[in-house]
Amino acid sequence: MIHSSLLSRLDGVFLTLILGALVLWFVPAGMGRYGTYVLSLWLVTAVAVMGLNLTLGVAGLKSLAQAAFMGIGAYATALLTTKGGMGWLPAFAISGLLTFAIGLLLGFPALRVKAHYLAFVTLAFSTLVWLVLRNEQWLTGGVFGLSNIPRPTLFGLKLDGHLAFHRFVVVATVLLALALWWLIRSPWGRAFLALRENPVRAASLGINIRAYTLLAFAIGSAYAGFAGALYAPLVEFIDPSPFALSASFFLLLMVVAGGSGYQLGPFVGALLGVVLPEWLRFTGGLYLILFAAIVVALLIACPQGMLGLFERFWNAIRRRPMGRNLPLREEQP
Amino acid sequence: MKNVLEVEHIAKHFGGIVAVEDVSFAVREGEILGIIGPNGCGKSTLFNCVLGQLTPSAGRVKLDGQDVTGLTPEEMNKRGVSRTFQLLQVFPELSVRENLILAGQEHKGTMISRLFGARDAGLTAEADRMIGFFRLGHLAEAKAGGLSYGQQKLLDAAMAFMAGPRLVLLDEPAGGVNLTMLGDLKERLRAMNAEAGATFVVIEHNMDFVMSLCTRVLVMAEGKVLAIGSPDEVRANPAVIEAYLGH
Repeated sequence: MIHSSLLSRLDGVFLTLILGALVLWFVPAGMGRYGTYVLSLWLVTAVAVMGLNLTLGVAGLKSLAQAAFMGIGAYATALLTTKGGMGWLPAFAISGLLTFAIGLLLGFPALRVKAHYLAFVTLAFSTLVWLVLRNEQWLTGGVFGLSNIPRPTLFGLKLDGHLAFHRFVVVATVLLALALWWLIRSPWGRAFLALRENPVRAASLGINIRAYTLLAFAIGSAYAGFAGALYAPLVEFIDPSPFALSASFFLLLMVVAGGSGYQLGPFVGALLGVVLPEWLRFTGGLYLILFAAIVVALLIACPQGMLGLFERFWNAIRRRPMGRNLPLREEQP
Repeated sequence: MKNVLEVEHIAKHFGGIVAVEDVSFAVREGEILGIIGPNGCGKSTLFNCVLGQLTPSAGRVKLDGQDVTGLTPEEMNKRGVSRTFQLLQVFPELSVRENLILAGQEHKGTMISRLFGARDAGLTAEADRMIGFFRLGHLAEAKAGGLSYGQQKLLDAAMAFMAGPRLVLLDEPAGGVNLTMLGDLKERLRAMNAEAGATFVVIEHNMDFVMSLCTRVLVMAEGKVLAIGSPDEVRANPAVIEAYLGH
């Protein structure tokens, strides 16, 4: 039988997440400070991409503000843990709630006109956030940013060292990924998918288009907020530049390159976006050109992204043996 | 007999074009009402006005005597009215079973229980019953997009029945379905009508299909009601023969 529907693959996703977390827990032991930092950055970026994958890949809503939401989360966490003197965990929760609420408000235009209109609204929002971050010096420190962001202490554990912090990021990432895994395999996930595939038909089946659209957008934005809350203590210093519009486009690229709508796509996409440039560093000034060429070649070869490519390959292997399990076709009248 | 649906003086204008003009009729509980008429005579527009996809320019729609004019498609569906569309509308990426679960899930539990509760919203058994009923058993796990056209039409119809509706509006269920499958579809619809006690309104061009399935037939022409009555009455109506059947 054919088991390749989007929703029936998810137990493989669960195992991959758990195994991946175990590997990533131990992997950086032999790596230097910088290598570990890149790994952590990969995971943090993957969290933001996961959110956009929900909004865009699963629910089909085009957002160009994911990096801006990440900025809101990062600045909220930075301000709350430095000036506010708050612990990381409540700051993290507030960052998520704040971006969820803003996402909810920003999602309203998405209800009126589809696709392009939402893209324009989020584009404007993205620019607005960046201007606030850069110009409102009293709050955000302007171009000088915010420094001395503390690494968290959780349950008496100080997570100062790069290895300890990396492991903390691994745990946070896998928990967030599992929450999303649960969400996508729940009836909500099915409704989000219906939203993307055919909103008119979905409405005629009693699916509350308004509620699900807003929720998809708000939850996706909250994941950017969570990513920001992890990013701030990772880099310990933030300024507006990583949250500019170009960064939102880059996150969008990672969703598509990894495999839009695939649960593990964000990890692959973020790997391409964060780690590949590091590997290409030896080429000096050429690395951006090479990176762009690789991504363009990938998208021409397989518009479904890396995981789409993998799936095609996998199906090709499985179909070969003996021609015995050719179901479906024969059974059709 | 009780009326499930009452349509009173519905009109729909698109700019200067009058698509539906002063249409009134009632749908009785348990009947299968056919709607026929030439292409472009306003049948689908009428459906869309009744079900909230379009807002009628004038007139009222009543469900069980209650005014439901202008309700959204979701609200209509929640009140037990479901439909199919003229063009095939299944979710190709989902399996047959997932399509059916999707069609029923919003009628079960709350938003909270749909997030934290069972993945299938407790609908697998009902979905499989429907799959069995429409004889799609061997295809339960197959992606809907991979089914033949006729099978997708069956699935499309099955989805309309998932939530146990009282009133189902089917827009050209037989369009593009081959002859073997057509008999099957007719028989299934008839069985569904008898078993579930659901009331149907069916738009269809296939005359044999309509005349043999429906208990009453409404004939439309140029946005207006030309005649309504039993298949035999309609067949004998001179105005109908003049406008439609005669050609």
